[in-house]
Amino acid sequence: MSLARSLFALLGLVFLLGVQGQSVQAQENLDALRPLVNNLAKGKYDETQRQVEALVASGDPVVVPTLKALRAGDLYVRKADGEVFIATKGGKGYLLIDPLTTENAGEAGRRDVSKIKVNNRLRRVIDASMGSLTLMAADPKVRLAAAEAVFKAGDPEGLEPLEAALQKETDDDVRLVMEQARAAALLNSDRGDSDKLEAIETIASIGNRDALSLLIGVRDSTEGALQEAAAAAITKIEKSLAMWGNAQNIWYGISLGSVLLLAAIGLAITFGVMGVINMAHGEMVMIGAYVTFVVQELIRNSAPWLFDYSLFIALPLAFLISGSIGVAVERGIIRWLYGRPLETLLATWGLSLILQQAIRSLFGPTNQQVGNPEWMSGAFELGQLTITYNRMWIIVFALLVFAGLMLVLKKTPFGLFTRAVTQNRRMAASMGIRTPWIDALTFGLGSGIAGIAGVALSQIDNVSPNLGQGYIIDSFMVVVFGGVGNLWGTLVGAMTLGVVNKFLEPYAGAVLGKIFVLVFIILFIQKRPRGLFALKGRAVEA
Amino acid sequence: MMTSYLFRTLDAKAGVFIAILLAVILLVPALNILIAPDNFFHVPNYAVTLMGKYLTYALLALSVDLVWGFCGILSLGHGAFFALGGYAMGMYLMRQIGTRGVYGDPTLPDFMVFLNWQELPWYWYGFDMAWFAFLMVMIAPGILAFVFGWFAFRSRVTGVYLSIITQALTYALLLAFFRNDMGFGGNNGLTDFKDILGFDIQASSTRAGLFVASGLALLVCFLICRYVTKSKLGKVLVAVRDAESRTRFLGYRVEYYKLFVWVLSAMMAGIAGALYVPQVGIINPGEFAPANSIEVVIWVAVGGRGTLIGAVLGAVLVNFAKTWFTAALPDVWLFALGALFVVVTLFLPKGILGTIGDGWTALRQRRVSSNAQAGGGKPPKTPPTSPAAAANVDPQPAE
Amino acid sequence: MSRQNTLLYLDGVSVSFDGFRAINDLSMVITHGEMRAIIGPNGAGKTTMMDIITGKTRPDSGEVFFNGVVDLTAEDEASIAELGIGRKFQKPTVFESHTVWDNLELALKAPRGPFATLFHMISGAEKTRIEDLLTLIRLGDKRDELAANLSHGQKQWLEIGMLLAQDPKLLLVDEPAAGMTDAETMETAELLKDIAKTHSVVVVEHDMTFIRALGVKVTCLAEGSVLAEGSLDHVSADERVIEVYLGR
Repeated sequence: MSLARSLFALLGLVFLLGVQGQSVQAQENLDALRPLVNNLAKGKYDETQRQVEALVASGDPVVVPTLKALRAGDLYVRKADGEVFIATKGGKGYLLIDPLTTENAGEAGRRDVSKIKVNNRLRRVIDASMGSLTLMAADPKVRLAAAEAVFKAGDPEGLEPLEAALQKETDDDVRLVMEQARAAALLNSDRGDSDKLEAIETIASIGNRDALSLLIGVRDSTEGALQEAAAAAITKIEKSLAMWGNAQNIWYGISLGSVLLLAAIGLAITFGVMGVINMAHGEMVMIGAYVTFVVQELIRNSAPWLFDYSLFIALPLAFLISGSIGVAVERGIIRWLYGRPLETLLATWGLSLILQQAIRSLFGPTNQQVGNPEWMSGAFELGQLTITYNRMWIIVFALLVFAGLMLVLKKTPFGLFTRAVTQNRRMAASMGIRTPWIDALTFGLGSGIAGIAGVALSQIDNVSPNLGQGYIIDSFMVVVFGGVGNLWGTLVGAMTLGVVNKFLEPYAGAVLGKIFVLVFIILFIQKRPRGLFALKGRAVEA
Repeated sequence: MMTSYLFRTLDAKAGVFIAILLAVILLVPALNILIAPDNFFHVPNYAVTLMGKYLTYALLALSVDLVWGFCGILSLGHGAFFALGGYAMGMYLMRQIGTRGVYGDPTLPDFMVFLNWQELPWYWYGFDMAWFAFLMVMIAPGILAFVFGWFAFRSRVTGVYLSIITQALTYALLLAFFRNDMGFGGNNGLTDFKDILGFDIQASSTRAGLFVASGLALLVCFLICRYVTKSKLGKVLVAVRDAESRTRFLGYRVEYYKLFVWVLSAMMAGIAGALYVPQVGIINPGEFAPANSIEVVIWVAVGGRGTLIGAVLGAVLVNFAKTWFTAALPDVWLFALGALFVVVTLFLPKGILGTIGDGWTALRQRRVSSNAQAGGGKPPKTPPTSPAAAANVDPQPAE
Repeated sequence: MSRQNTLLYLDGVSVSFDGFRAINDLSMVITHGEMRAIIGPNGAGKTTMMDIITGKTRPDSGEVFFNGVVDLTAEDEASIAELGIGRKFQKPTVFESHTVWDNLELALKAPRGPFATLFHMISGAEKTRIEDLLTLIRLGDKRDELAANLSHGQKQWLEIGMLLAQDPKLLLVDEPAAGMTDAETMETAELLKDIAKTHSVVVVEHDMTFIRALGVKVTCLAEGSVLAEGSLDHVSADERVIEVYLGR
């Protein structure tokens, strides 16, 4: 215990000393650089250029603001004492900033300072040297950005500073990018072919679009072995890009598919298992989204620290609220209409209008702000894929809901009763199953799942009274495509439609892609009127 | 022979309906044009247009009743045929604008000039000629209905599946017509019409003319529907509605019958759309919205499906209510419409006309039986099940 | 027997639903003018066989020929009906919102196309034919009654009347006596015997008294194929028939 404490104390001391030492050294550097900076104001362009080169030769990144200001024409000299400042217009004249410390240095009158002139040649010199200066910066992020800039420019001038920086570089990530930048610069330099071949290999290993365009440049401007190597590298990159493109499409497709699955799976129960068309299904989803909104509002106002858990609070609430609306609807409307599917369709459509208008009257017609909790925002990179956390969690969530539902239907007494009622209502009734209650609960389950789908969709879609409308046709398509009465069909149907949609989009555009999918389903129904995973046999016909 | 047959199928109800319709067609324009504006009986211009719009809606409802009421095909996409007819008319009206558009291009409509199109797309050819455009009003929805129906009915897609596919059809068209490069004006649709057949589209006389045209179109289509449903083909349709597979085993090719009424109905919907567009002055992709098509179904359900007259009645009643509600209590309208769907399906499955019909029959039967009792057990003159009693309502052509 | 001289010819027909073999290598021949009774336990494939003959179900394998030349597996329900095969269902299906008269008119042999029916005018001959049928099925006084209002037995008779109105070469009759009183059953048997004088008939029935009253060749089906065939006495003496169907 005490050992640990003294160790910490020691560490703290070392740290403090280190900082102290650094700042002392920095002060000395500034004192040395100050005259060089002030010299910028002396003499003509040629003179200024020499001073710039001297500043660059110092190799200290602290001169970067000075050079940037010079390039932009913001560098001024105070006539009184020949001191150089960065000046911006403000107050009565200019606001002065010390170019080395970038601290405020007071004001100056309009006539007290004069601008240091700059021409295009000078600008080019500054641009070329800037990269090498930032390559030495203390902050690895700055060094990384500098290396990337050199890579993009591919300027042979940057080669030597890069090689110098590489010698000193300690961070592996930055080192890798510097190597690549060096290769890019090298290709444009006059070095030997063997070096260049190596450089092509380095660049080929990057494998992204920048590398591709760089190599295309090489292929078009060289001959012989170099050209061949470049061409080979290009084919390789194009192949890998196509692969990543496909992976991207599949990922987006699965993401869309999981959204479709969430929206459709409740429908698959009410339509597939009970044979009831529920046109108000989308509104159950919408209510789930509004439950999320209300929960988040309450948390924001009374317990902000709970915000990251808001979705976990909203899920059971949404299930209960949508589910009980579902039970009420079944008891109040749908049970009077069994065996009349077209009438059920119309009545539930009317219901959907009522629910939409009710939400509109309560919350207004505009979109409501539903926030993403911390763990659902942001993204990470996987190879060349960018994967956002909210999409990823929604896929996981959709699959969990699917698995949970399968479990309920296959392993619980409730599921057994439901399947019994589905297969033979009268037989089930005569065996003592209360079929009306099973109907009500099944409908409630379907609606409840729509509710929790709404919680998930609130994370990626606008929460408005029209939320459900956007999903209802797609959901029906999924259920019809997958095959009625089969949850696996719904899963496969949702994922297939999602992926097909995303693969069509680059060729046909989002809207046309959607139209193609709709037409495809219309044609598909011609071929297999009962969907992908259809039940066969005499029972179906009857 | 056919016309005499047609008139023999007209019963008292149809006679009253035709008389009322004719009276409306004559009276409304007359009261609009001949009576001075300050007179109590004057019908203002906006009312003529509004009622003309109702008549086109009534025609649309009639077309839905033909397929739903008599053949059991619940179409949730008839708005697509309505809108296609409307677009055909809109294209004609656009071409009539000529150099009077904002950009003054003699052939290209404004929106094409705006999109930097150099020439007219091929499918706009011919729409400068009225006869061609008016033909397309029926042919375009007809072709779409034929192709769709050919696939759907041949593969025996029925019931709710068919309903949902019709909904998907109109939804797909909605998305398509929103696109600018479809060449139908995208989001904004077709509007700023100037004249029709050389008459100024804003003039009250033109409005009255359009009203009369809508009324006559409704009348003619009603007579056609009446003839079709009373013919042997109509009986086959009802047979298909009640027991499709039995009808097949009798040797009827059900898909052809469905295709026939489906295409006929789509054409009527197209005519309705074509008459609607010049009266409201715009056609845009919103007409394809699935919600519109479902609303038409409720008009028919309110009036009474399978009665034809009920469809007309329902369309007028519901739309009158809609006009009134959206002006007086806009927030309440969707509640009322939604409740209408629920209440009608739960409590009025036969609609207003069907329920009145039932009540009337029941009343008469009671009177007949009480007469029989009063008459000391003598056999009633017309027993409720005798051929004569039924013949009063629905006379056999043979008798 | 060669296929050419038969009215209905089934050879090696099989069909299965989800692995369940409803019909298993079924072979049977009906000659012109023959009346045949089919018996068998539930699930023996009697109704499925009728589904195959009338085009409702496609067989997985095997041949089905009508009149010796027409391949029925390539036709759909409507064209098979037009070829001259009429069917009465197990559960009586008549058009409930049509009158008795209209039911018969719809069934009457006439061009079946939509335009033919659109402009169809009922002729004197057709009226006479419907009147005759009404008398035959004893529904003359119910002609303007909706079919929905008929009793179960009356619906059965109406359906037989519709079958006759089609004037088919072959009638497939599925359990015509189901739900009838004994007297009605006997009358129905007499009616079928009358019909059989001018038509070929296949009757499926469970009622042994009814089968005996028909007095025709009997085929017993079990598990999708023919178990025994011959006179009723011959079939009911068969050990296996007693085992699976008649009971001891």
